Amino acid sequence: MSYELDALTLGEARTDRPDFGSGDTVRVHAKVVEGDKERIQVFEGVVIRKRMKGLVSNFTVRKIASGVGVERTFPLNSPRVDRIEVTRRGKVRRKNLYYLRGLTGKAARIKEKRF
Amino acid sequence: MTIEGLLGRKLGTTQVFDEKGRLRGVTAVEVGPCFVTSLRTPEKNGYTAIQVGYREDPRLNRPAAGHLKAAGNLKLRHLAEFRTSGADSYALGDRLGAGLFAVGGKVDVTATSKGRGFQGGVRRHNFRGGPRTHGQSDRHRAPGSIGSGTTPGRVFKGTRMAGHMGAVRTTVRNLEVVSRNDEAGVIFVAGSVPGPTGGLVRIRTARKVAK
Repeated sequence: MSYELDALTLGEARTDRPDFGSGDTVRVHAKVVEGDKERIQVFEGVVIRKRMKGLVSNFTVRKIASGVGVERTFPLNSPRVDRIEVTRRGKVRRKNLYYLRGLTGKAARIKEKRF
Repeated sequence: MTIEGLLGRKLGTTQVFDEKGRLRGVTAVEVGPCFVTSLRTPEKNGYTAIQVGYREDPRLNRPAAGHLKAAGNLKLRHLAEFRTSGADSYALGDRLGAGLFAVGGKVDVTATSKGRGFQGGVRRHNFRGGPRTHGQSDRHRAPGSIGSGTTPGRVFKGTRMAGHMGAVRTTVRNLEVVSRNDEAGVIFVAGSVPGPTGGLVRIRTARKVAK
């Protein structure tokens, strides 16, 4: 993306997003429209990917729901993502945690970051 | 009455959230600022149009600079003509910009597409290529037959083959103007626009809008 385009679009980027990255466990408060009602649904899981591309940035959260792996990708700046809470900081060595897809249970744990 | 097109520059692709919070892929196009450099009249030229110039360039050669003298000695790199029903409403040197295109309206964008170089039939004409198995070698991306044998004894003109692809004038029609930034003179159109980021584009109000 060009610098010119960044200058035009970054004003719309949300500045209220917490600092988080791959390996962190987050609670994403997503707005869901059901019929004509809007409510907030929380999606909690491990961030397995975060792409920083200015306004176009997005991130993917993975969780195991009733035994099935579920991944959801959210646009970082979407008005439909109401709030993001970081519940745990994970210590990982890579940026994209695709290896988690092949692991379950104990093996899919991520060490917590110690400060 | 009004002019229907202008010159501009592709700024690249990005995303925009609509009122419902849904993402839309858009291309940012800088429209103008263009300046009226010449007027075509029925008396003089047999048709009505205005010529506009875009992009300042201090290094114009003498003939180009001389042509622009009448329009206030502007130094503009690119010139283009656009048909209009009445040239009277414009004067030499007038400045035109993104205001021409309304949000929600449709536009056609014309530009030179990105050059792809010499490409094979699979990429250029969506040929299927050969089988990957059954003892095939060196035929995976081959074009196959290009015609019959002794009769007609030649390859028909226009037979699709490998060759140079891209870098041709391309028009994408009926792109919706999703939003407009008047301060920067930029419009955001839904979908993609031919050519590289930074490339010259020609934008006009859509000609063939579906009813």
